[in-house]
Amino acid sequence: MQFGIFTVGDVTTDATNGRTPSEHERIKAMVTIAQKAEEVGLDVFATGEHHNPPFVPSSPTTMLGYVAARTDRLILSTSTTLITTNDPVKIAEDFAMLQHLADGRVDLMMGRGNTGPVYPWFGKDIRQGIPLAVENYALLHKLWREDTVDWAGKFRTPLQSFTSTPRPLDGVPPFVWHGSIRSPEIAEQAAYYGDGFFANNIFWPKEHFKKLIGLYRDRFAHYGHGTPEQAIVGLGGQVFMRKNSQDAVREFRPYFDNAPVYGHGPSLEDFTDQTPLTVGSPQEVIDKTLTFRESFGDYQRQLFLMDHAGLPLKTVLEQLDLLGEEVVPVLRREFAKGRPAHVPEGPTHQSLLARRDAQEVDA
Amino acid sequence: MTRHLVVITAGLSQPSSTRLLADRLTAAVRQQVTDGNVDKSGSDGDGGSEVDVRVVELRDLAGDIAQNMVTGFPGPQLRDAVEAVTSADGLIAVTPVFTGSYSGLFKSFFDVIDKDALAGTPVLIAATGGTARHSLVLEHAMRPLFSYLRAVVMPTAVYAATEDWGAAGDDTLALRIDRAAAELAAQVTARPAARAAGAETFIPFDRQLADLTPQG
Repeated sequence: MQFGIFTVGDVTTDATNGRTPSEHERIKAMVTIAQKAEEVGLDVFATGEHHNPPFVPSSPTTMLGYVAARTDRLILSTSTTLITTNDPVKIAEDFAMLQHLADGRVDLMMGRGNTGPVYPWFGKDIRQGIPLAVENYALLHKLWREDTVDWAGKFRTPLQSFTSTPRPLDGVPPFVWHGSIRSPEIAEQAAYYGDGFFANNIFWPKEHFKKLIGLYRDRFAHYGHGTPEQAIVGLGGQVFMRKNSQDAVREFRPYFDNAPVYGHGPSLEDFTDQTPLTVGSPQEVIDKTLTFRESFGDYQRQLFLMDHAGLPLKTVLEQLDLLGEEVVPVLRREFAKGRPAHVPEGPTHQSLLARRDAQEVDA
Repeated sequence: MTRHLVVITAGLSQPSSTRLLADRLTAAVRQQVTDGNVDKSGSDGDGGSEVDVRVVELRDLAGDIAQNMVTGFPGPQLRDAVEAVTSADGLIAVTPVFTGSYSGLFKSFFDVIDKDALAGTPVLIAATGGTARHSLVLEHAMRPLFSYLRAVVMPTAVYAATEDWGAAGDDTLALRIDRAAAELAAQVTARPAARAAGAETFIPFDRQLADLTPQG
């Protein structure tokens, strides 16, 4: 089981003092947060991709390449990479390059994006969101698995005798997760390829994701990749902790009330009741996170959102200390209990390499 | 077979004339379906069906609807109401006329429902107002809303002005109620069993890929 953090990369005013960090400060803070994630024993750092203010991460592989040079163990990932508006050829090239530089510590999560104007800004039609995700990923999948590609599709210039370079490290493409909030088509796509499915459940109630993840698991088995329990599932989470629950609530409430997305809407209490958000003691975070397994089955990756809504860097680093020292070790222990042996661990370059070699021996 | 009829009423006062009209329409539809007193061409022509009625008072969901606008997901009570509405065999939708149109609360409820979720659902539309001057709200606001949602809107829409509730010897309102109810009852009775609420539907991947294959 892998634990990590994912960041949206928002530049948000701190509601408690009116201070807004500069883009430069925020970008450097993201790097510091990534390094801290490794230091406290987390496994994964993932960054979003955005092309509009107030978000800074427009160029994820640049940032992740820099983080790769400053870390040793951390898996670098995205949340998400826009498979709709990016050229799949460029994704193939950029992430293969990153994979080499990071010695394999790279995977990525495909998403369609949630900002309408990004489609026209990049010359695409938002009404074609799902078909773009399907076709572009089919091409990306091919580019990483076939040395020379001839290809024609609906949305992109055809390719004749094209080789995407560098070739994936050890001939093993980066693992791909497909992120989705609401589309069963994406769960179906992830199942078809035997890829991972990341349900970004942080803003929505669990009933909705039970259906999506259930569909993904069933279809994963249908396409012959293993049993439903062997499908590769990732989940989001969102926490704010202090030793005392009341302190956590008091400190986080002004950030919650003014947060992008849900601020000025539901109360903190309603939102913690209905979504994965936990504001309280480390024990409360442990208890809530353990319920995810009851709802969705044994899973492979748990990412927490820790650094948004204008929280100052110092606070975020304190949160990561609590997460790494008091929460994740307990979660690792508890999630390992009763986990069936045939349920795979979170995928890494080494595990994919080993599986590939085993398949070659079988063949 | 039990038919599920869901009544959406956006009246704000209690008691409200909007609810009163909704109840009159509901009783008329229930009677028509139960009696099998509808044109049953194509069905086996025996007695009527059972009717299960659920009334959704939007006033009780006002806070939930506003929160759904902000968060993008419905709270438990609202989710339950939306599931009832989207899996119904027929709908009766009644709004008061506010500022020349349906009420904002009424519109907001339909704004948080998936735009495809009511496709093919028979709907009887009705409205209440202080005077008859606003009655075309039914034709100029309500009907286009449900047309956009690709619901099947009954030809007869029912408007009740305040004076209609005390019009002695003049049964225009009652006649319209019965006519609209008969239209909805016929549609509800003729419908195949409603789909189960909540199951994920999806397009198999080979078809998603095939749709993208360049022609020729």
